[in-house]
This record gives sequence, structure tokens and C-alpha cells, in this order.
Amino acid sequence: MSDFTSNFWSVYVAAITLIGIIACLLLLWFSGKAKAMTANDNTTGHVWDGDLREMNNPLPRWWVWLFIITVVFGLLYLVLYPGLGTSAGKLGWSQQGQYEAEMAKGEKEVAPLYAKFTAMSPEDMAKDAQAMGIGERLYLNNCSQCHGSDGRGSKGFPNLADNDWLWGGAHDKIKETLVQGRMGNMPPMAAAVGTPDDVKNVAHYVLSLSNSPHDSLRASLGKAKFGACAACHGMDGKGNTALGAPNLSDDIWLHGWGENAIVSIINNGKVNQMPAQADKLSEAQIHVLATYVWNLSGSTRVAAR
Amino acid sequence: MIFPNTQATTYNDTVVRQFAIMTVVWGVVGMLVGVIIAAQLTWPELNFGISWLSYGRLRPLHTNAVIFAFGGCGLFAAAYYVVQRTCQVRLFGEKLAAFTFWGWQVVILLAAISLPLGYTQGKEYAELEWPIDILITLVWVSFAIVFFGTVGTRKVRHIYVANWFFGAFIIAVALLHLVNSAAIPSGWFTSYSAYAGVQDAMVQWWYGHNAVGFFLTAGFLGMMYYFIPKQAERPVYSYRLSIVHFWALIFTYMWAGPHHLHYTALPDWTQSVGMVFSLILLAPSWGGMINGIMTLSGAWHKLRDDPILRFLIVSLSFYGMSTFEGPMMSIKTVNALSHYTDWTVGHVHSGALGWVGLVTMGSMYYLIPRLFGQKQMYSMKAVEVHFWTATIGIVIYIAAMWIAGVMQGLMWRAVNPDGTLTYTFVESVKATFPFYVLRLLGGLLYLGGMCLMLWNVIKTATAGRASTVTIPAAVAHA
Repeated sequence: MSDFTSNFWSVYVAAITLIGIIACLLLLWFSGKAKAMTANDNTTGHVWDGDLREMNNPLPRWWVWLFIITVVFGLLYLVLYPGLGTSAGKLGWSQQGQYEAEMAKGEKEVAPLYAKFTAMSPEDMAKDAQAMGIGERLYLNNCSQCHGSDGRGSKGFPNLADNDWLWGGAHDKIKETLVQGRMGNMPPMAAAVGTPDDVKNVAHYVLSLSNSPHDSLRASLGKAKFGACAACHGMDGKGNTALGAPNLSDDIWLHGWGENAIVSIINNGKVNQMPAQADKLSEAQIHVLATYVWNLSGSTRVAAR
Repeated sequence: MIFPNTQATTYNDTVVRQFAIMTVVWGVVGMLVGVIIAAQLTWPELNFGISWLSYGRLRPLHTNAVIFAFGGCGLFAAAYYVVQRTCQVRLFGEKLAAFTFWGWQVVILLAAISLPLGYTQGKEYAELEWPIDILITLVWVSFAIVFFGTVGTRKVRHIYVANWFFGAFIIAVALLHLVNSAAIPSGWFTSYSAYAGVQDAMVQWWYGHNAVGFFLTAGFLGMMYYFIPKQAERPVYSYRLSIVHFWALIFTYMWAGPHHLHYTALPDWTQSVGMVFSLILLAPSWGGMINGIMTLSGAWHKLRDDPILRFLIVSLSFYGMSTFEGPMMSIKTVNALSHYTDWTVGHVHSGALGWVGLVTMGSMYYLIPRLFGQKQMYSMKAVEVHFWTATIGIVIYIAAMWIAGVMQGLMWRAVNPDGTLTYTFVESVKATFPFYVLRLLGGLLYLGGMCLMLWNVIKTATAGRASTVTIPAAVAHA
């Protein structure tokens, strides 16, 4: 156990704990025994503020027993469970152990169920109501916080129900995203693009790629400077799923639309993270969840192709 | 050496009066903020998109206002009144006592400004930034000097039990505040905790739970030990019981903090020790309740027609209830269900509204007429109505939170045969909605009672006038 830098502290803590508990008993014992001075009216004889007095009734018996029972329970608990320094307790219980045992039990119980799905293709699984029910519950408890209950996302959180995929929309790509997470990183590009005016021009060129309202003069001037962006987004601005570089020509604006938003991103860059789920969900669960997410855009997928 | 306060022939009730009035004023303010945030939890639109009205900033304002402004002023008033009466000597340090009043009000005002602006150390019940922390320290040290100076110059040989509790409360809160608020400033309004990671969490909950133990329990037990025997005109039930439960209480509370961190990165042994001592805390806590309630033996009939006594005794019932509930919730298996749910909120409020609130109100109803040379409050009928609205409000509040909490705990842990969670988080939020409405109703009733009290206090104060009380000659003890 790494909680103690040396055995001394373990003994110290255990000793203080035991002495403390036993001191409670001794206090009870001596106070029960001690005969305080009592006047004939069963008070201590002291008077404050005119009429404040104290009687000296004995400790209620049931209360004394209540006290003793809690102390005995406490001592027993410390014998059975970790509590006295490095002592692991007679039962060998630990919260880590309890967690692992419960998880192992749960995983064993659901293993046959998931084995069935692991063998299925995404297309077949998408038609399986039970699998999609599980997928939906996994999604609602683990993904909806950012991507929304309907999967349509929000500013900064990608829409999962459309056909625009930053890192690829194939089933195995979605699975990869879930397992290892993604770190989208666009560096600040202002210096590479040129003057602030150049940045503005590039922004208008980017807007022109999706036929969004733009200043065509600026856009034509910006085209020349777009080379700095093309390394990731491609010469045609259609993005690159290998790098997580967004398609700039599809009129989908994850971090905001318009000249100001684009200028700001060029100047400041953008880091956006999807956390890895591998530690939270089992491989089999991720397999089902990936199918659910993949299927969110299922109705439009064929048409888009 | 002769101290000037021992020569005085009258009590210093000016500072008591000031604190007593502000107790009621801050009570209304703090509970109003509580009602506002209860409404925000029910209808989040009530944040109005204004940052300084947002729940996250008003919540610490609510807790600070009710604990440190309402509860704090009540404790100052009671401690100053009780220590003078039971030591039969004027308050030690005239100017210092005045400084504690004005200093404490400045702390509260600074909290009321800085918290909505978003300045926070991010430590629950210790949110205030370091310059305010320093002012708190100065006020608290002055409080200690005034209190212990008065005890030290007393004209009565024995120290009355209420003063043990006030003394323990003052010393422990000083210790808790200094250790937990230790931080490295990085500007006038920012700082970083002196501790890191799980140690920081442990220090925070050592502080947090002892704030409950010493600020909200020991201090108010001091109040209880004076005002109940006074109002009931009966002697305290058992001197012996008061000794055992005092020492056991202040010793055991210090260990209980880790139960706030069950099933976290805190090592298993620390969690176990915290749980064991929390359970042992049950009997010492109940000792105070028994001593208070049994003080009434032979005078039970007084409960029928004395609403002030009813405030005090019912507060002890809530104290007993929440100090039973607390140890139960500290048991790991129970905690696994109750933690992070509204059950915790219900538990805290059965202690805060039921125990701390009612005992303070009862004590102020005893104190305020006397401070203004009156026999009783302007309207005893209003005191009666206050008692019932407050009690019904508490019952609605905690019942709603119990049901909501257990429901949330069960919903969060429900698992389907396929290993997925049965409910999403938002479904548990939706299911909680009716209970949030009920909680708001309970809070409104409680606030309503407090507003009635403010009216009654203003009427009482304006009908009377600040009175000066002569110190009676000390009774010689055998």
C-alpha cells in the first residue's frame, strides 16, 4: 500500500484510531462511575444567572448501550475491513476489488448476448431491434451529453446524423474514433497566409467554396493564398479524413459560419477533442455503439453516395 | 490586575442587540436566496442568462448567508448574552466586541458582493477569497479574546455547560478556518489551495464536516443549554451526561470527514475510519438531545401553550433525527445509494432548517423582548403562526428531498439485463421535477415564517427601547 511512506505512519494511524475509540469507552466508564457532588435536591448545587441549575441524573441506560454497541461495531468493522493503517482487514475487501468483481460479473452475464452481435455485420446489426436498443441506451448515457439526444450535435460538437464525417464514416472508422478518441488540431495559420487582409481574403475564398454569400473580389484574391490551407484541406477544400481536416465546401460549419468565425479560426487555430471511450466501454459495447452511430445517418447514406 | 469589565455594574447588551437584529435580517436574506435557487432548479430559465444571478453563484451566497450570516450572528448574539449572564460579569474588551460586530457585517457584505461576481476559492462553505479570509480570522480571534476574556474574569466559580460548547465552537472554527483556507494568493481575488489532489479533498471535508460539527452543532448546543432551561424554568437534566457527550462529541466529530469521500480516490482505510467514527458519533450527538428534552420532565405541559419552548424542543427533535440519519448515511452501502442525490440535500436541511433554524428562532424570541425591555414579543400569536409555517415547511421540504433522493439513487443504479443503464441522467432530472416544486413550496413556507418574525421583531423593538441590565451580585457557592 502506497498510502504510507513508512511503516511508522501505518502503526501511528492504527494506534491513534484504536486509542481514540477506547478513550470513548473509558470516558463513558468513568463518567458513569464518578460521583459528582450532589445537593439534597438532586442538583449539583451550582447556580448561574439566578435560576440556572443542573440535576445530576445518571446516564440513561439505553443510551449507554447504544454508545457501547456503536463502539463494538466500529472495532469489529476495523478488524474485518481495511482501516487500521496498512491492515487489509480479515475479509480482504477493497473498493477497487469490489469494482472489479462487479464489473467482471456483469461482463460475464452479458458476454453471450454481445457475442451474437460481434459476429454480425453492421448492416445486419442495424436491422436487429435488440442491438439498436442497446446501442441507443449506450449512446444516450455516454454520447448524448455532447452530441445531443438526437445525434445532431451542436456548435463544436459534430452532427452524427448527417453524412459529413471529420474522421470517416465507415463503421470501422467510427469504431476507431470511439476506441482511441480524436484530437482535431488546426494550428494558427495567420502567419502562413500573410497579412490580415490576406486572411480576410482567404476567408471569403473559403466561403465561396460552398457557394455561401461572399465578396467575390476578395475570394479571387484569397484563392492564391489558399495554398497554405491546402496541405490539410486539399486544393479543392474537400478536406481529408485521415487528418480530421473538415470539408470546407459542404456548407457545414462546426465552429461557426461567416467571415468573422473563419478569420478567427485562421488566426487562432482550433483544438477540439473527442475523448477516448476504450476505458469506459468494452470492445463489444463499442462495436454495437459504433453501429448505432453509423446507422444514425443510415436513411440518407445511400442517397449521398 | 484589575480588568475594567469586572468593575462594570451593567451588562454589555449593545452588541448582543446588534447581532440579534442582524440574525433576523440575514435570516430573511439568506432564506430568500435559498428560495430563489430552489426555483432556479425547478425552472432553469430563472437564471435569466445573467451571470451573477446564475445558480452556481447564488448557491454559495445562500449557504454563506444562512450559515455564517444568519447562524453566525445568532451564535455571536447568544454567546455574548449567555457568557455574560452565566459568568455574571460584563463582556471583556468593549471595543473588541464592537469590532466583531462591524467586522462580521463587512465580511457578510463582501461575501454578498464577491460571490455573485464569481470570486471563489471553490471550496464548499469556504468559498470566500483570501483577503476576506484574513478579515474573518481577525474577527474570530477578537471573538475568542472577548469570549475567553469574559470567562476568565467571571464572578461565578463554575463554568456553565453552555460556555463549554461556545468555547469549543470558537477554538475549533478558528483551527478549521486557518487550515482549510490556507492558500497561495495569485492576485487580490484569486488564490490556489495549499493542498493538492485527494489531500485537498480530505482537508476540505475535514473542514466541511467539522463546520457542521462545531459551527452548526456545538455552537447551537451552547444556545440550547441556556435557553431551554431558562424558558422551561427547569434545571438541566444531567450534569454527568453533559460531560460525557461534550467530550465525546468534540473528539469524535474531528474524525468523521472522510464519509464525504466514500468510493473516491481517498484510500480505503481513511474511508473506513471516517465511517466508524461517524457511527460512534450517534450516541454523543443524542446525548445533547436527551439532555435538552429531558430538561422538560415535570414541565411537559408547558409545550402546550408556550410556542417559544415548542421551537426549542422541536428543534431538538430534528437534531435527533438528522444526527441519526447522518451516521446511517455514512455507512458505505447506504452512502452508495444516497451520495450525490437530493437525499443529502434533504439531510442537510433537516439539520439546517429543523435544528439550527428553529433553535435560533426560539432563542431570539426569548432574547429580543428582553433586549428591548419588553416582557414578550409584540405578537405571541405571530410566534405561534411562525412555528407552524416553519414546521410544515420543513416537513414538506425534507420529505420531498428524501423521496427524490432515493428515487434518483435507484434510477442511477438500475441496470438492464444487457448491461446498459436503464435510465439516462436527464430522465432522473425529469422525474425529480415535482419534488423540486414541493421543495420550493416548503422553502416558501419557511421564508414566510421568517418574514413574519422580522415584522414581529421590528414591532417589538420599536415598541420598547434598548434596556440596560444591572449585573446581580454573584451567588456564593457552597
